[in-house]
Amino acid sequence: MKTRGRIRSMFEKGGSLERLWPLLDAAETFLFRLPARTSGGAHIRDAYDLKRMMMIVVLALFPCMAFGTYNVGYQFYASAGIAAGHLDCLIKGLWVVVPLYAVTFAVGGFWEAFFALVRGEEINEGFFVTGTLIPLVMPPTIPLWQLALAVSFGVVLGKELFGGTGMNVFNPALVSRAFLFFAYPKSISGAGVWVLKGDRMVDAVSGATPLHLGIEPVGDIVPYLSSNGFDFWRMFSGLEPGSIGETSVIAILMGAALLLVTRVASWRIMLSVFAGGAAMALLCNAFAPSPASMLALPAHYHFVMGGFAFGAVFMATDPVSAAGTNAGKFIYGFLIGVLAVLVRTLNPAYPEGMMLAILFMNLFSPLIDYMVVRLNMRRRRLRAAG
Amino acid sequence: MRNMANYRLRKGYDIRIEGQAEKILETAPFPAAVGLYASDFYGMAPKALVDGGERVKVGTPLWHDRRRESLVVASPVSGTVAEVRRGARRALEAVIVRTDGKQQAAKSAPPPKRTGPSNRKEIISALCASGLFPLIRQRPFGTVADPLAEPRDIFVTAMDTSPLAPDQELILRGREREFRRGIEVLAALTTGKVHICTAGGMELDSHTSGLENIEHHQFTGPHPAGNAGVHIHHVAPIKGVDDVVWHCTAQGAILLGRYFITNIPSFEVTVAVAGSAAADRRHVRTLIGAEISSFARPNDSSSPVRYISGNVLTGRNAGADGFLGFSDSLVSLIPEARGKKFLGWLALGFSLESVSASFISRFLPRRRFSIDSNRNGSVRAFVATGIYERLLPMDILPSFLLKSILAGDIEEMEKLGILEVTPEDFALCEYACPSKTDIQRIIRDGIGLMLKETGETE
Repeated sequence: MKTRGRIRSMFEKGGSLERLWPLLDAAETFLFRLPARTSGGAHIRDAYDLKRMMMIVVLALFPCMAFGTYNVGYQFYASAGIAAGHLDCLIKGLWVVVPLYAVTFAVGGFWEAFFALVRGEEINEGFFVTGTLIPLVMPPTIPLWQLALAVSFGVVLGKELFGGTGMNVFNPALVSRAFLFFAYPKSISGAGVWVLKGDRMVDAVSGATPLHLGIEPVGDIVPYLSSNGFDFWRMFSGLEPGSIGETSVIAILMGAALLLVTRVASWRIMLSVFAGGAAMALLCNAFAPSPASMLALPAHYHFVMGGFAFGAVFMATDPVSAAGTNAGKFIYGFLIGVLAVLVRTLNPAYPEGMMLAILFMNLFSPLIDYMVVRLNMRRRRLRAAG
Repeated sequence: MRNMANYRLRKGYDIRIEGQAEKILETAPFPAAVGLYASDFYGMAPKALVDGGERVKVGTPLWHDRRRESLVVASPVSGTVAEVRRGARRALEAVIVRTDGKQQAAKSAPPPKRTGPSNRKEIISALCASGLFPLIRQRPFGTVADPLAEPRDIFVTAMDTSPLAPDQELILRGREREFRRGIEVLAALTTGKVHICTAGGMELDSHTSGLENIEHHQFTGPHPAGNAGVHIHHVAPIKGVDDVVWHCTAQGAILLGRYFITNIPSFEVTVAVAGSAAADRRHVRTLIGAEISSFARPNDSSSPVRYISGNVLTGRNAGADGFLGFSDSLVSLIPEARGKKFLGWLALGFSLESVSASFISRFLPRRRFSIDSNRNGSVRAFVATGIYERLLPMDILPSFLLKSILAGDIEEMEKLGILEVTPEDFALCEYACPSKTDIQRIIRDGIGLMLKETGETE
């Protein structure tokens, strides 16, 4: 106790390590619920705080993280034609995923601490969720140095320049991904990056994601996907190439259940993303020139392919970058679904439309809120007049 | 009296806090001292009229408003002024009177016998002189009512949904005649209607049958369904800065009525003693401004306790030697926060109360929790979590109203509904805010800004 008091005094005002106070504070608030008392205003406060909220999102991501790790190993052995055990798949996956997390948290944590020290503010827990998300939206083959650059870009330009947690316009994890997408497209698009490959490769395996195959189907699209090993239930379960965390809809649904039960994420957004995607898919189906076109892909296939489900559950629902009004959330989510399917079906250069759809709607969420707020003002004015 | 609609509100939340007062009514020992706080009279600019050592009687003015000198705050007891407490720049904070137990009344003309719109002026001047007039509050802004204003309607709040609220039936029991007279007095003050708002299912006919221009509205739903601001919003909303509505509590109406029956101002009220740190949780009859220690004590003297006059969301931290607030009918004693909790944010939360569904406690809906004064987290930036929106049963966008106040944009504030709210309407949002923002202070600041803008001083 005495030692801790002495260490503490070094960090307090006038102490030799005064400038590093945010580091001590972060460590303390992380470890303890401090007995800070209410003063002025409400005398009691809800046990819930932002830290708790973020921990729940991280918890909700665990199934995706676990399955994704397994799938990295599984895809590796499958591409090599080796029948490996579950444990082997998991170990191989950990071999890839653990370094990705280590780099992400080292780089992201550095920037968070750096900005907190410069501003003299507390280090906040905002990076927890971003840092957990980033490796999950990366291909398993991403070079670590590119990941480090992407994390820096996402945290510094995506968040800190706007003023830090709560102030950002875009989802920082998606900013990181978008950075790679435009700066190092070869590392994060195309058919070659989604499966970790060894020296030995079985010729029959292309390593392309189902979305890629969908661009130019040979024959009717659904049977074509199926003949390549991507029937609906396989994609639902997630044993397919793709970004690490996005493939298993089962894992995503487990996370979604936690987020919805705890009401941490907005059901309005989640629901309307799927509604928008379904509506757009149906529209595309109606105009599909032939069943051998991406336009003919049924809605429920869109939901299990690529990052649609992952984006709807974990990215679109980020409260900071989403619309803030309840009515606005419906519009925001619906348009994300529409745009994601639109990009997928009509623009073969970007088979994955989800990331762009969410970033685009991040940009428009203040406008949507603005319109909802004006409508509220109008309704209130009319009521006062009547 | 007309029975009107039953409003069923879905938004809001009842905090599952332990320590409700039992439905027992006792008479508290006569207090040795009473104190009145200037901050209980929002909108008044107080000028003290007494000095320390001076003798006062029941109804003797202790201070008045600088601009409207007829608006006074009066002593609820006879005795000697013990202290005139002043704060920064000598602003009046409180006046404390040591009682002599005799309860001699100050000489004053009795209130008019007949009450009707024709002698409205007489009624108001009698209420002002008695010191009872500040029981009436005014919207917009929730200030003490302005005796010169002419209210469009008057709302009587005969319900309370706040945490550990006193039992309304107990407050009204045996006071039916006084309550009825109070409603008559209020009805004479407005050309509009008196709206009595009660909890769903509450019978009022026996209290107010045969009275004209009275409407009875019933509100059902979680807190803040019992707030005057919520009632006004749903029944007859504030339309602009000049659309004045008055409101008072059922207890207030009883005091007004009693004055017109007995001709002597009475400051005797029913108060609940509640909270998990309080011993003998019950209701007591005592005086406005009474020493809290005269009727409430903690159940464990070894650990620190917070004495709150009012409810745990909006009340004043009065301290062990504090006094019952002017408009309060509840004293809440809760434990002060102590000790660190290791990895608190990881707790499963069997014993943690939360609006959110992120603790196991969510699935124990009948459990009541001992809640201490812990802030439960550090202050963070606003995040639009959607929680406020679930807690405010009005057609108002809470986050956007708050942002417009922070931006100091008067025009936006008005359009977004600042005229319809007071800090207490946002107290639940403050409780639940995961960023631990001082939301009531923000609303108070916004109202202060509006008052300055509309030419009145705070």
